[in-house]
Amino acid sequence: MDILSLFVVIPVLTITAILFLKDTRQVRLVSAFGMGLQLLMAALLVFLYLTARHAGNSDEMLFIRDYLWFKSLNIHYAVGVDGISVAMIALTSLVVFAGIFASWEVEFLRKEFFISLILLATGVFGFFISIDLFTMFLFYELAVIPMYLLIGIWGSGPKEYSAMKLTIMLMGGSALLLVGLLGIYFNSSPDATKLTFNILEISKVVIPLPAQRIFFPLTFLGFGVLGALFPFHTWSPDGHASAPTAVSMLHAGVLMKLGGYGAFRVAIFLMPEAAHELSWIFIILTSISVVYGAFGAIAQKDLKYINAYSSVSHCGLVLFAVLMMNQTAMNGAIIQMISHGLMTALFFALIGMLYGRTHTRLINEMGGLMKVIPFLSVCYVIAGLASLGLPGLSGFVAEMTIFVGAFQHHELFYRIVTIMAVSSIVITAVYILRVIAILLLGPTTNEHFEHLPDAKWFEKISVITLIGAVAAIGLVPFWLSTMIGTSLHPIINKILALNPF
Amino acid sequence: MNSGIPLQYFLILATVMFFTGVYGFLTRRNLITILMSVELILNSVNINFLAFNRYLYPHKLEGMFFSVFVIAVAASEAAVAIAIIINIYRRFTTINVEDVNEMKF
Amino acid sequence: MINFSYTIWILILPFFMFLLLGLAGHKLFKAKLSGLLGTGGLGIITILSYITAYRYFFVTGKIEGAFQKITAVNITWLQFTDKLHIDMGVLLDPISVMMLVVITTVSLMVHIYSLGYMKGEKGFERFFSFLSLFSFSMLGLVLATNIFQMYIFWELVGVSSFLLIGFYYQKPSAVRASKKAFIVTRFADLGFLIGILILSFNTKTFDFITLTNPTGTAILQGTGIGFLGLSIMTWSMIFVFMGGVGKSAMFPFHIWLPDAMEGPTPVSALIHAATMVVAGVYLVARMFPIYAISAPVALHVVAYVGAFSSLFAAIIACTQTDIKRVLAYSTMSQIGMMMCALGVASYGGEEGLGYMASMFHLFTHAMFKALLFLGAGAIIHAVHSNYMTDMGGLRKYLPITHITFLIACLTIAGIPPFSAFFSKDEILTAAFHSNKILFGVEYAVAGLTAFYMFRLYFNIFWGKDTQYHHTPHEAPATMTIPLILLAIASLFTGFIPFNKLVTSDSKVLESGLEMMIAIPSVLIGLLGIGIAYVMYRKETSIPDRLATTFKYGYKWAYNKFYIDELYLFVTKKIIFRYIAQPVAWFDRHIVDGTMNAIATVTQVISFRIRGFQSGQLQKYAFVFITGVIMLAIFFIYLWK
Repeated sequence: MDILSLFVVIPVLTITAILFLKDTRQVRLVSAFGMGLQLLMAALLVFLYLTARHAGNSDEMLFIRDYLWFKSLNIHYAVGVDGISVAMIALTSLVVFAGIFASWEVEFLRKEFFISLILLATGVFGFFISIDLFTMFLFYELAVIPMYLLIGIWGSGPKEYSAMKLTIMLMGGSALLLVGLLGIYFNSSPDATKLTFNILEISKVVIPLPAQRIFFPLTFLGFGVLGALFPFHTWSPDGHASAPTAVSMLHAGVLMKLGGYGAFRVAIFLMPEAAHELSWIFIILTSISVVYGAFGAIAQKDLKYINAYSSVSHCGLVLFAVLMMNQTAMNGAIIQMISHGLMTALFFALIGMLYGRTHTRLINEMGGLMKVIPFLSVCYVIAGLASLGLPGLSGFVAEMTIFVGAFQHHELFYRIVTIMAVSSIVITAVYILRVIAILLLGPTTNEHFEHLPDAKWFEKISVITLIGAVAAIGLVPFWLSTMIGTSLHPIINKILALNPF
Repeated sequence: MNSGIPLQYFLILATVMFFTGVYGFLTRRNLITILMSVELILNSVNINFLAFNRYLYPHKLEGMFFSVFVIAVAASEAAVAIAIIINIYRRFTTINVEDVNEMKF
Repeated sequence: MINFSYTIWILILPFFMFLLLGLAGHKLFKAKLSGLLGTGGLGIITILSYITAYRYFFVTGKIEGAFQKITAVNITWLQFTDKLHIDMGVLLDPISVMMLVVITTVSLMVHIYSLGYMKGEKGFERFFSFLSLFSFSMLGLVLATNIFQMYIFWELVGVSSFLLIGFYYQKPSAVRASKKAFIVTRFADLGFLIGILILSFNTKTFDFITLTNPTGTAILQGTGIGFLGLSIMTWSMIFVFMGGVGKSAMFPFHIWLPDAMEGPTPVSALIHAATMVVAGVYLVARMFPIYAISAPVALHVVAYVGAFSSLFAAIIACTQTDIKRVLAYSTMSQIGMMMCALGVASYGGEEGLGYMASMFHLFTHAMFKALLFLGAGAIIHAVHSNYMTDMGGLRKYLPITHITFLIACLTIAGIPPFSAFFSKDEILTAAFHSNKILFGVEYAVAGLTAFYMFRLYFNIFWGKDTQYHHTPHEAPATMTIPLILLAIASLFTGFIPFNKLVTSDSKVLESGLEMMIAIPSVLIGLLGIGIAYVMYRKETSIPDRLATTFKYGYKWAYNKFYIDELYLFVTKKIIFRYIAQPVAWFDRHIVDGTMNAIATVTQVISFRIRGFQSGQLQKYAFVFITGVIMLAIFFIYLWK
C-alpha cells in the first residue's frame, strides 16, 4: 500500500466503520478519530515530502504509483504529489478535521451526515493526489455529489433550491470540463497511437494550438465555475447560505480550491500557449470577480452571504494570479488558496457557532457580542483581520505575493488590471470592519443575548486548529512559499520555454 | 400446384386484416376491442406465414411452426390481457383506456 | 565596528509581551502585575535603545565624517523572485536611531502614566498588550531595512491604532472612530502599496540602502519614462507619499485623527501625537534621496500638502472646544510643518537644512505633544469632561499639571529657550531660503499656534471660576512623574546638536540661529499669546463678538470646513448606496436572474415536451406505425 492511496483508503474505512455502528453517539468519535488520523498522515506526508526533496530528489512528482485500470482507453489509477498537492492535502485535512468538530452537535440523521461529509472529503483527497485526468475527474464528481445531499437534507432556508442550483451549476461546469478533458486526451499523442490521461506524459507533448484554443477555455471555464468565476459564481451565495456549518467550511475552504487547483494544473500546465493567448479575457473576468465580489459583500445583511461574496472576491484573486503565469504570482495563487481555505473555514465555523447561539444570521439583529462571548468574538476579529490582509496572518502573505508577482508582468495592461485588483484590499477592509463593528462591538442590543454561553471544548478545538494554521503561515511564510516555489519550476519552465518573454 | 388461388389473394386478405387490426387498435377505446384488433393483426401475420410457406418453400415447415408459435403466444397473451382487463374493470369499473390514466405523470 | 545584532531584541521583546499579555494576561496575572510586566518590558527596550543610540552616534556610527547605514540584522522572510524579497531586519541610521529614542521614551512615559490613568479599567491587561503590540509595530516600522517590511509594520501600527482607539468597544462613538481611522488610512495605504509596486517594478529591489543610495543606479530607474507629464518615478513617489498623507493625517486624509481622540488619552498621546502620526514624515525622510534627486515634483507635492494642512488645521484648532480635538488639530498642523520643511529641502549641504529641521521638530514635537496630551489626560481625569467650557480656574487644583502644561504651551509657541523654538526656527529658515510663500504660510501658522494653545491654556487654568461637583484633585504620582520628565525633555531637547547628528546626507551641517528669522518668529508667538491673554484670561465677550462678526468663517471652521460631511456623503451615499447596493442588486437580479432564467426556460420547454408523452398507448402506437410506414415508403421508393 502506498502512502498516497491511504488518503483515500482511510476515509473509506472510516465510512465503513460508521456504517456498522449502532450507537449514533460514537459516530462523531469515530469520524474525529479517522480524520485526526488523516491529519497526522498529512503531517507525515509533508515531512516525508520535505525529507525526500531535501535528499535531492528532484522529480516532478514524488511517491508515484500507477495501476492500469481500464485498458482499452488507457485509463490509469495514477497518484503522485508535488509541493502544491502536498500543501493542498494538508489544508484539506485541517479543514475536514475542524469541520468534524464544528458539526459535533448535528442531531438529525447523524450517521448519514458524517458519512456524506467524509465521502465528500474522500473525493477531495482523491482529486489532489491524482495525476491521471480521468481519475481526477472521477474524484471531482465524487466530491460534488454528496454536496447535494448535505445541503438538501441538513441545510437551512431554501435548501432544496440552493442544493439544486449548486449541483446543477457545478454539473454544468463538469460537462464543459469533461469535453475539455476528452479534448486533451484525444490530442495527447502526436501520432494518435498511444493516447493517455496521465498529466505528466501529456505535459511532455505539445497539444496542437487549434485544439488548445478550443479546449483551454472549456477546461478553464469548467474549473472556473467551481472557483466562482464571474459570472458563474451565483451558486456560491445561495449554496453557502443554505449549507450546514461544516459543509460551508468544506465547500468554501476546500471544494472551491479544486477549481483553482485544476485550472492551474490542467488548463494552464497542459495548454500554456492558449492560456497565454486567451488569458486577457479571463483576466478581465477574474478582476471583475475580485472587485465585484468585494462590493457585493458590502451591501449584504446575512453573515453567510457576506462571506460567500468575500469568497468570490478571494477565489477570483486565485484565478487572477494563476493567469498571470509567472512564478511569483502562481506561488501567490497557491498560498492564497490555502490561506483563503483556512480563513473562510474559520469564518463559517464561527458563523455556525454564532448562529447556534443567537438563531439569526442577520447582522442588524445582533450587536455587542464581544462582551457576551469574548472567545468567539476575538476569533471572529482575528478571522476578519486575516481576511483583510493583516501582516502576520496568512492573507497578507498570499495577497502580497500575488500583487507583487502580477505587477512584474511585462505588459502594461496586466499591470493596470493588477492595480484594479489591489484596490479590493480597501473594499475588503470596509465590509470586514462593518461586520465587526455591527456584530461584535458597541452595546449589547438584545437582552436575550446577555447570557449566551461562550465556546465549548469541541468548538475551541475547531477554531484554534484553524487560527493556529492561519497564524503559522502568516508568521513564517518562507517554508510554504519555498515548498510551492520549487514545485512550480517545471510548470514555469514549460511556460517560459514556449513563450519566451 | 400453382393452379387454384393465386398468392396475391392471400396477401391482399392479410393486408386488409392487418390494417383493420391497426385501425381498430388505434381508434377503439374499449380494451376488449383493442385486444380483438391485436388478434386480427396476429392472424393476418399467420396468414402471411402460411401463404409464403406454401407458395415459396413448399418442402419446408418453418412457416407452419411459426404460426403455431404465434397462436400459442396469442392465446397466452389473450389470457394475460383479459386478466388485466378484469382487474382494471374491478378497480375502475370501466375498460375505457382513456379513463385509466393513473400513471400519467 | 561594534556588533549591533542585539538590536533584534528591541523587536522580539515587545512582540513577546504582546503575546504573553494578550493570550494569557487575564488568566495568569492580576491586572496590576500585567501592567507592571508591560512597563518593565518596555523599560528594558528603552535602555537597549539608549545604549544603541549612544553607541551609534558617539562611538561607531561615523565613518569619514558621515554616519553610515548599518544593517544590524536581516533575515529573508518571504522570497518573491531572486531580487525581490521581503526581509525582516534592523537598519540603523541617524533617523531610525533617533526614532528609536523618541518611540521608546514616549512609550515608556505613556506606559507609566497608564498605570495610573487606566487603573481599575476593565481590560487593563488587554490595554497593555495592545500597547506592546503598538510598540512592536512602530519599532519595526522605523527599523525596517526594506520598504516592504516598512509596509508590513505600517499596517500593523494601523491595526494597533484601530484596536486602541476602539478600546472602549461598547461605546458606539469609539467604534465608529476606530473604523473610520482604519478605513481612511487603509485607503491611503492602497496608494502606498501601489507606489511600492511601481517602484519595485522599476528598480527590482525593496531594499532601502540600494534604493536610496544617491550614487546608485536604482534611484535613476524610471525617471525618463513619462506618464501624464510626470515620470514614472515621480508617480510612484507620489503614491508612496499618499500612504504618508493617510498615516500622518494630512489634508485630505486628516479626518480620522480628531475622531481618533475617542481612544483613551494615553493612547492619543502615544499614537496620535508623538509616534504613529509622524510615520508619514519618517517615510518621506526615509525615501528622501529619491524624492530629492529623482522626483522633485513629488517633493513639491509634499511641501504644499504639508503647508496647506498646517494652516488648515491651525484655523480649525482656533474654534474647537474639545481640548483633545484642539490638540489633535494642533498635531496635524505641526506635522504639516514638518512635511513642509522636508518639501523645501534638497539633498545634501546647506540646501538640506529643511530635512534636518523637520527631523529636529519631529523630535521636539514628540516630547511636548506627548506632554500636552498627558496633561490633558490628567485634566480630564480630574474634571471628567473633554470640553473646555466645563473647565476654568483649574490652576489652583492641579498645580503640577498646570506648570507642565504651561511649559508645553510655551514650547509649542516657540518661546526661547524651550525646544520648539529651535526646531521651528530651523523650519522657518529653511522655508525662507527656498520658497517665500511657504515661509509666509508657516509664519502665520506659528502665530496661530501660539494663539490657540494659549486660548486652551487660559480657558482651562484661568478664565471663569467654574463650580465643580466635586473638587478636582491632582493626579497620582504615576501620572505626574511622566509629566515632569517630559517637561524637562521639552525644556532641554532643543539644545541637542541635530545639525551634527541627523542631516540629509549624514554629514555635519553648519547652521545657527538666524536672527532675521528668529526674532520675528518669537514676536509673532508673543503676539499670539498676547491676543489669547486679552481674550481668554478673564471671561470676556470678545470671543463671542468675534464669532458673530465672522459668522460664516467661524461656522465653517467650527464644522471643520465640512470635510467630514463630504466624506460621509462619499462613503454612505456613493459607495454604499450607489455602488455596493446596485452591485448586490445586479448580482441577485441580473447575474443570478440569468441563471434562474436559463433554468426556467429549460423547465418551460420540458413542460411543453412533456405533452408528447401523453401516456396514451394508442397515440404512441399511432406515431410508431406512422413512422414505420414512412420509413417503409422511404426505403422502398426513395432510397436509391
